[in-house]
Amino acid sequence: MSGILIIAEQRRGELRPISLELVTAAQGLRRSGEEVSVAIINSAPGNFVEALSVAGVDEIVTVEAASTEFDPDIFESAVGALISQHEPEVVLVAHSVDSFGYAAALAARLSLGFATDVFNIERVEGELVATRGGYGQKVNVEVDFPGKSVVLLAIRGNVFKAPEQSAAPRVTAFEAPPPHSRATGREFIELSAGDDVDMSAAEFILTVGRGIGEEAKVAQFRELADAVGATLGCSRPIADAGWLPKSRQVGQSGKTASACKLYIAMGVSGAIQHLAGMKHVSTIVAVNTDAEASIFGVAKYGIVGDVFEVADELRRLF
Amino acid sequence: MKILVAVKQVAALDEDFALRDDGRNVDPDFLIRDLNEWDDFSLEEAVKMKEAASQPVEVVAVSVGSGEVDESLRKCLAKGADRAVRIWDPAIEDSDSIAIARVLAAAARREAPDMMFAGVQSSDQSFASTGIAAAAFLGWPHAAVVSHLSYSPGATRAVLRRELEGGLLHEVEIQCPAVLTIQLGINTPRYASLRSIKQAAAKPIEVLSLADIGLGADEVGVAGSLSRVRRMYVPDRGRAQLIEGDAAQQAARLAEIIREFKGAAS
Repeated sequence: MSGILIIAEQRRGELRPISLELVTAAQGLRRSGEEVSVAIINSAPGNFVEALSVAGVDEIVTVEAASTEFDPDIFESAVGALISQHEPEVVLVAHSVDSFGYAAALAARLSLGFATDVFNIERVEGELVATRGGYGQKVNVEVDFPGKSVVLLAIRGNVFKAPEQSAAPRVTAFEAPPPHSRATGREFIELSAGDDVDMSAAEFILTVGRGIGEEAKVAQFRELADAVGATLGCSRPIADAGWLPKSRQVGQSGKTASACKLYIAMGVSGAIQHLAGMKHVSTIVAVNTDAEASIFGVAKYGIVGDVFEVADELRRLF
Repeated sequence: MKILVAVKQVAALDEDFALRDDGRNVDPDFLIRDLNEWDDFSLEEAVKMKEAASQPVEVVAVSVGSGEVDESLRKCLAKGADRAVRIWDPAIEDSDSIAIARVLAAAARREAPDMMFAGVQSSDQSFASTGIAAAAFLGWPHAAVVSHLSYSPGATRAVLRRELEGGLLHEVEIQCPAVLTIQLGINTPRYASLRSIKQAAAKPIEVLSLADIGLGADEVGVAGSLSRVRRMYVPDRGRAQLIEGDAAQQAARLAEIIREFKGAAS
């Protein structure tokens, strides 16, 4: 078993950024002479060759699949067949909504070494060691894979930086086994909920979380956001409760606040997904009554105090 | 008809905690336990389906763990589960999510439900793998991160929506029985009434051993796992720089940060 196999991800014809981040994650593991192969599983895999031709990739494997979009059965059988053919030591996938759907099933079925939400990989005395978070990210957990010749790792997004240089890897076609799919994809639905805000373009976001306590308080923070020139956002529980439309939700499963540079989080405790989705923001200011809130672990500035008092005082200054 | 709901009792860390002597986990004395947030939603989804069904539906909550897990299972009973099953054997200690999935799959084989739910992930370890691995052991179809579901208990197909990223959903039709991992927000979990909490306290919790579900000790614990914890430690993390003072002083500094940003942006 040698080499590293990466499974790229796409969504509706667009390569997902994590696919290239995995190329960087692979470099630290590559031993001399070992190859990094990137497989793209899609009905038109050739469309992704150009985007995947980056420094650090030796081979792009195109796998023509029956479905344009992700199907867990197709991915499980295709990746299983790729592992048999390539015999890699390490398989890297994104820790994502799609890998949630097949990676654990594949690892369980083939008895692969397996860890998810990995943010660091290294070799310690030749043995592969992966680091992930535990207990709500309060501790780091190093795991290893005794006796496993193939290890499948699901890597957290926004940790590794995608390679910038392009390259010309060789392209190989791989014929996947005919899958036995037990689900049929129907259609995509965009949640915009009658609100035309574009969180992905907002540079300054003020977000409210569970800490605001009740729906009636939303208006006051909307007014504050307007006054300071911020776009109002919210954490998942606020959108799930219907206090603000889903289009205002930021964090991993919400809108990617990709342009955000200043982020003020009021009453957001910082669930794992929320933090993972906002970590890229250069200036995060967290306001929370709970000094132990996880969000203080990623924030640049912290205000331990009553969100309403701080909000009222801030309003007076604008 | 039967819906099996796999639940986990999660653990949060006490403000001050200590690691176990072997350094591979936290000393259990410092853990604060509760039902996993996601499982509250998957249980609610099952109970809602039971209430809407025209035929009798049994909702069974199943969990893996020692006696302290009963507290979470009673919560499930109070919120509408008909039965609660707990599987435990000391050999299960130090299992990873895949070994736990093997136990849940064996329990599911014994219960033979029409549908199985699990949470997308647990709030403590966030593996996001247990439910889908259980589906693999069962050989059942599966879908992850389900935020909307149309299913009548006993039907051969279900239509669901998976929550992708950026507010995008994907609608999928799936063969049943299946294992679905349920996302937060799919419903509004109910609160248990005092009366139902009292009734739940009197209900039995079925406790099964590995032998009862047909598994050997080598199929669980470290031997049955795909990974092993080598070391656990508290990272040196960047702590936020705290803005001190009263609310007015804190707000003044915050206003400065906002103005600096606006100055740089313009």
